[in-house]
Amino acid sequence: MSRLSVNTRLLRRIVVDFVREEILKTGLKRGVLGLSGGIDSALVAFIAAEALGPENVHAVCMPYKSSNPESEAHARIVAQACGINFTVVPITPMVDAYFESFPDADNMRRGNKMARERMTILFDHSALHGALVLGTSNKTELLLGYGTLYGDMASALNPIGDLYKSQVWQLSEEMGVPREVIEKKPSADLWAGQTDEQELGFTYREVDELMYCMVDLRMTTEELIKEGFADDFIANVQGKIKNSHFKRRLPIIAKVSNRTIDRDFRYSRDWGK
Amino acid sequence: MDFNIALAQIKPKLGCLRDNLALVEAAIERGIREKADLILFPELALTGYFLKDLVPDIALRLDSPEIARLKKLSSRIAIAVGFVEATSDYRFFNSAIFLDGGEIRHLHRKVYLPTYGLFDEQRYLARGERFRAFDSRFGRMGMLICEDFWHLSAPYILAMDGATTLLCLSSSPGRGLSESESLGSSIAWQRLTATTATFLNARVIYCNRVGFEDGINFWGGSEAVSPSGVATARAKLLEEDFVVAAIQEGELRRERIFSPLMRDENLPLTLRELQRIDAEGGQR
Repeated sequence: MSRLSVNTRLLRRIVVDFVREEILKTGLKRGVLGLSGGIDSALVAFIAAEALGPENVHAVCMPYKSSNPESEAHARIVAQACGINFTVVPITPMVDAYFESFPDADNMRRGNKMARERMTILFDHSALHGALVLGTSNKTELLLGYGTLYGDMASALNPIGDLYKSQVWQLSEEMGVPREVIEKKPSADLWAGQTDEQELGFTYREVDELMYCMVDLRMTTEELIKEGFADDFIANVQGKIKNSHFKRRLPIIAKVSNRTIDRDFRYSRDWGK
Repeated sequence: MDFNIALAQIKPKLGCLRDNLALVEAAIERGIREKADLILFPELALTGYFLKDLVPDIALRLDSPEIARLKKLSSRIAIAVGFVEATSDYRFFNSAIFLDGGEIRHLHRKVYLPTYGLFDEQRYLARGERFRAFDSRFGRMGMLICEDFWHLSAPYILAMDGATTLLCLSSSPGRGLSESESLGSSIAWQRLTATTATFLNARVIYCNRVGFEDGINFWGGSEAVSPSGVATARAKLLEEDFVVAAIQEGELRRERIFSPLMRDENLPLTLRELQRIDAEGGQR
């Protein structure tokens, strides 16, 4: 844990300032986020409330009929604890209407559809409230590709995308995220009984330690083995990072002109701000 | 001589010359009001940092009306400020000018353009080719821009050229969070400014910016470091600030007597060894 442990007061300051400054400089003052009842979105809710004032933060809880009822209850507790606006928009009617045409769809297709359904609702609420969509993906799941492209990975800005799950836990303690949310097992809640760690086949603490050494410290495979990581675990995680890289990039463009977007047409997004 | 230096820890807007010029002019007015003799701004104060393809669009020639306005203000206070300089042969430099008495007294073009990690300066900018100290009414000075300061030879050359005050204009991104109270980048910088001041018996005056560009924060923490390596004034971390530091001639005098490292430097020896290394074809 020690290598991943951070000064949470300083971290809090930076991510809160980030949300405030990056939103205010666009001329807006509000944020919207999906609140699942899990720790990542709870933490972003607390960060946004502190950055923008709770009255300027809109949380939307978007359960499906198979979602654990505890998730919505936890989302509500989080919204109350940080004083932000809270709406529930169930996604069962639209998701079920779609799968009536594809009754044989497997869990992955259904899960992805639900994540993208939620994305469209958040971006609609972005227009409704004049608010930017806040991302809630952490560094662990972004690196592993454990998220749905254009679904839960979609946002305008993400305050926790450089924090490993272990650091999300630390910062959540610092910011006062309700205990029951910090302590429950992480789950994408796409089907009953699902947990992230069961599905991934390793714990977040294990993989965070490994990825910190691999990605942040750039240790070689030999060095990682010396650190005590199993070689099949290393290979598994390296494979996940590589195979999910497309999810972390914009679509590639066939180059034909002298100035192609993002290749030789390069500007910061904060251009003019 | 004793003098007051203002550290203008501002938050420039990316690619907005007009807004940034207004910001700089307001800070200059404040410096004049607060009886500063000299005001120091961050690197690229007039433009913002992650400019990329904006570089040619926001570059200023030394004879531009914007620089003329600052020259005029410098009849009331000396000014050191960073911007993108355009030359008549269309090269673009990450430059700093020292203005005083209505004139440009010195120009420094950043020599070491970081192009690694999150930096990409060499892609967009031309490289400066010299380190020169210059005389000012505050004594002999040298200017360095951010990464320049990390190359031991740069402050060394300026000190050997007689500079007793080193001005460092910076846009340092905050990164490297650990259990410490400070970011890795601020710890490293504070160690560097203190060590450089101590080694060279020179004052180091460091001005860094604040604000965010595409999620990257600039950590501030501008400071005045005495020739003994002690920070005598320091601006806030991570937020705009304006600090006027009193620089005392006595500190320089006493340190140079107490620890005459610069007096004892052996320039011919250093040159001989460097020439030998060069002749042998590398740094091995």
